[in-house]
Amino acid sequence: MQGNNVFILIKRAILYLLLFGGAALFLIPLLWMLSTALKPIEQTMTMPPQWIPYRHYVEIDGERVAARPGPAYQEDGREWIRVMPEGEEDWRVVPADEVERAVSPRWENFGDAIRAMRYFPQYLRNTLVLVILTVIGTVSSSALAAYGFSRIDWRGRNRVFLIALATMMIPFPVIMVPMYTLFQTIGWIGTLRPLWVPTFFAQAFNIFLLRQFFLTIPKDLSDAARIDGCGEFRIFMQIILPLCKPALLVVGLFQFMTTWNDFLGPLIYLTEQENFTLALGLQFFQSQHGGTEWHYLMAASTIVVLPVIVLFFFAQRQFIEGISMTGVKG
Amino acid sequence: MTRGERRTLLIGLAFISPWIMGLLLMNLYPVLATMYYSFTDYVVMARPIWIGTLNYREMGTDPVFWQSLYNTVSYALIAIPLGLLFSFLIAVMLNQAMIGRSVFRTIFFLPAMVPFVAVAMIWLWVFHGQFGILNYGLQLIGVDGPNWLVDERYTKPSLVIMSIWSVGGAMVICLAALQDVPRQLYESAELDGASFWRQVWHITIPMISPVLYFNLIMGIIISLQLFIQPYIMFGPEGGPNRSALFYAVYLYENAFSYGNMGYACAMAWVLFMIIVIMTWLATRSTRKRIYYAGE
Repeated sequence: MQGNNVFILIKRAILYLLLFGGAALFLIPLLWMLSTALKPIEQTMTMPPQWIPYRHYVEIDGERVAARPGPAYQEDGREWIRVMPEGEEDWRVVPADEVERAVSPRWENFGDAIRAMRYFPQYLRNTLVLVILTVIGTVSSSALAAYGFSRIDWRGRNRVFLIALATMMIPFPVIMVPMYTLFQTIGWIGTLRPLWVPTFFAQAFNIFLLRQFFLTIPKDLSDAARIDGCGEFRIFMQIILPLCKPALLVVGLFQFMTTWNDFLGPLIYLTEQENFTLALGLQFFQSQHGGTEWHYLMAASTIVVLPVIVLFFFAQRQFIEGISMTGVKG
Repeated sequence: MTRGERRTLLIGLAFISPWIMGLLLMNLYPVLATMYYSFTDYVVMARPIWIGTLNYREMGTDPVFWQSLYNTVSYALIAIPLGLLFSFLIAVMLNQAMIGRSVFRTIFFLPAMVPFVAVAMIWLWVFHGQFGILNYGLQLIGVDGPNWLVDERYTKPSLVIMSIWSVGGAMVICLAALQDVPRQLYESAELDGASFWRQVWHITIPMISPVLYFNLIMGIIISLQLFIQPYIMFGPEGGPNRSALFYAVYLYENAFSYGNMGYACAMAWVLFMIIVIMTWLATRSTRKRIYYAGE
């Protein structure tokens, strides 16, 4: 038995080693983003990279002020360094040993990045408007359709549902051009409407998810209500929907993610910066400032990523269960 | 049909009416319209002119089209199996009884939550040839990292690495299926002295095969339509020597930058056909190996 225990121990050790290694690799890009977002520009371009942002401080006229260090040089047997106090335009020379280094994240990068994006408040507003409208549209329309596909026994139902499933196969590029033309004809290009109105026409994937859930509710429940003279719409609103809150929440969360992440839609339909969403605005910002101002780009990316991560931590169970559910009947 | 049946039918149709309208307006009409446009010379706001199969024939002689198709398919052929493999391996590891399982699960899943636009931004910086964290990491283990996004040999591998980073969704689906595999199967295999890998091969994989198949199909659909990451990281031109010009990017450019909407529609149909054929091939080659417990 001794040998067996050692073997199990080694297996455990390998498992944890792989998991810790893998987890580190998966986390590093996110930490790298956050770390860069909190650094001044000169600390973003160093080799080896510095993970912890810091600042230099010097004492000037008896006050401790943050300053950007410049080149150092030797004179009179001492080492001197040029520093530019933050908020000033002139270099000063101080003894190198008087410069103090301390850990200090630059939270102001976020404010600066937002100001550099200029239309950020509009981006945020548009994205929130779209999130709210698309979540309402998707949840309400797919709940209705899913009800019709699961709780009412009409002739041909399952065959029609197969058509719904088949539409999931259609790639967006196949419908992209006619949709653009259609929206162009009715004058919706350059507005947010092409991005939210379609969600009021129940998409197959969400119907599928909700239907799975609706089917698990015993039929007797509806039948009893029908015998009591309850109309179908009332059964839907007052009996089925309250029982399906978890599933509705999952569909709502998925739609939130879809809207928050959508890039191709806004890229095609939106023309003016005032109408851009955060995702499109971030890309626009990168096309203007990319390649050098990594600290601002990472700060802006963090702003786009953070709400999603926060939401995930609040609704982790729903996300995980929802995603698992999509695979179950695949 | 009795009166009652007709009534039920009408109520049913009323409930699904939002979907029916969507089907007509946002599926049927555009799919047919794309089909029609693909046989025309079509610029926005102008009347489409019928040109027969010219768009399709033009594709055959358009080197950029072939380049984008090659890039996309070669990316897909590597990214899909690797994605399947990594999502499966991580899920198997997370399915072991251990401390901190939910923490690990969260960490591996987290990147899948990051919006693709931000994914592109983060990796632009991670892959940075001079100051990127990846090349620093490689340097630590004595490897001289390439200039990932500038060297045409490494642009597609870069995108493959990114796709593995976002494997969390498939991993969660796998994990859910693994947790449904009956314990007794492993217990009796254990008694028969089957090794860990034999158990994986003879129990785990067959038992979760429907989910692996689902992930495979999703992988095909998603990777053949890859757009955001290459578009943002390499621009509409597709980076060094067009090595990262993806099919969807070239299609988009044809439609909205070059004003060749007819050509773009023909490309869209070809893409659709490629997805259908690859899905069919994947289905045919795995059908006999998929085990549905219910049947």
